[in-house]
Amino acid sequence: MAYKSIIQNFAGVPGGMLEAFHAVQNEYSYLPEEAIIEAAKAFGVPTAEAYGVASFYSMFSVKKRGKNVVRICESAPCHIAGAAEVVAALEKELGISMGESTPDGRFALEFTECVGQCQATPVITINSKAYLDVTPASVPVILAEYR
Amino acid sequence: MAVEMRIALRNYGKIDPLKIDEYISLGGYAALKKACAMDKAELIDQVKKSNLRGRGGAGFNCGQKWAFASKADADQKYVICNADEGEPGTYKDRLIMENDPQTLIEGMAICAYAIGATKGYIYCRGEYPQVVAILKAAIAQAREKGILGGFDLEVRMGAGAYVCGEETALIESIEGNRGEPRFKPPYPPVSGLWQKPTIVNNVETFAVIPVIVEKGSEWFAAIGDPAYPGTKVLTLTGDINQRTFFEVPTDTKLNEVIYELGGGIPGGKKFKAVQVGGTSGAFIPENKLDTAIAFDKMAAIDATLGSGAVFVLDETRDLVDVSTRIARFFEHESCGKCAPCREGTMRMYDLMEKINAGEGSPADVALLNKLGRVMSYACLCGLGQAAPAPVLSTIKNFAADYNAKFK
Repeated sequence: MAYKSIIQNFAGVPGGMLEAFHAVQNEYSYLPEEAIIEAAKAFGVPTAEAYGVASFYSMFSVKKRGKNVVRICESAPCHIAGAAEVVAALEKELGISMGESTPDGRFALEFTECVGQCQATPVITINSKAYLDVTPASVPVILAEYR
Repeated sequence: MAVEMRIALRNYGKIDPLKIDEYISLGGYAALKKACAMDKAELIDQVKKSNLRGRGGAGFNCGQKWAFASKADADQKYVICNADEGEPGTYKDRLIMENDPQTLIEGMAICAYAIGATKGYIYCRGEYPQVVAILKAAIAQAREKGILGGFDLEVRMGAGAYVCGEETALIESIEGNRGEPRFKPPYPPVSGLWQKPTIVNNVETFAVIPVIVEKGSEWFAAIGDPAYPGTKVLTLTGDINQRTFFEVPTDTKLNEVIYELGGGIPGGKKFKAVQVGGTSGAFIPENKLDTAIAFDKMAAIDATLGSGAVFVLDETRDLVDVSTRIARFFEHESCGKCAPCREGTMRMYDLMEKINAGEGSPADVALLNKLGRVMSYACLCGLGQAAPAPVLSTIKNFAADYNAKFK
């Protein structure tokens, strides 16, 4: 259970639960239930409270998801730049709908709000790396890096 | 002719952000040295007299805020930098942190000295892991140089919650909790992080502090709009030829920003609306563009300066569609703590979706006006209070777009 030792690294950090969750997600791509229970113990809070933290933040997933997290921004500047067409291209290319993961566990597809790269919209991120001025045509090329 | 003036971004492109010596060679950390030789009350007075007002959106006098924390009696005080830049269309703080992280650290160290804090946090949004790495490296270099004296700094990363830009929600998040805003008062300068006196300032606010200390409050107070002096970093998005950033004095007018710096609207199209300050800002019509990008000047036209995002829309854009998208943003980002926001943002999105789908009526618009008014008064924090602004302002200024959706 590697997440036990990951969480223990942060147990002495005041307010370190978010940092611990980030570290767990870097390894697992999501927060397994056992990791949340473990965090509750490490930080001395009820499990419900730790789950409350895990489920509050949009970058944390309490559900198992694909390894490479593809997020498309749908805030207003990306919206008017054609984010909807990029969404359609991502869904088609990955064969899944928004909010789903590919059966091989390689990709998760999610919406996000603004990621602060508005100089070149629409924007997608893969594992937080930003891709700018994305078009339906560039989607397969970008995804190929992660196949 | 509008011209750029770089204070917060003075070192942009001039130094390697990961080499503290390059920052120092351009005069970096001279201001901290100067500040630490000053009497603390005198230092705070200088910041107050510069009339620097918070660049995060609330526009509170920075020195005044510091004075509150300085007067508070406590065994521990904190300095926090709000780097949770989440307002759609905004990336000014990222520019500062990616290109000149030391100016932010120096600004925080000056604040720490002024109020008597020994510990600081930079709360950086989770969407910027590359920035977190730069900040950590920059802090390590400053620590190694022994330049910060007894002040130590830590970077904490958010995890995708817009509401954490609200200072008390941000504090909750650093404490490892759900990022829900607190009831105020008490305000953070009296009781903030772990109930200790805490200063929370925006990245852009801290970034100009070293220059104010170096050049003096009179110099700064004379730049731009007298009631909101200095410069503002603007990020231009949407239907604009120059989709980029500018730092300009605060007496620069919106029409200068759009037509001179921004190069106007692409494709020979006409201007329709501009939303300033991010997604929580009002949509401004063409006849109000002769307004300076200063806090009170924007308030006088029922708009906000906010984060300094400038989102331009051309004549072909459907403002009901854009406002519906924005209503969904708030429905998603509402933290759920207070009922007026939790329920209000949901109902507002419902009504906008109905109108946008061609199923609405003037009665729905009347309901939106009423709901928006209640939210602006009754919501606990700035998120819910500002959430109705895009809808209310488009109803007021762009009624034709709504009427076109009715059967």
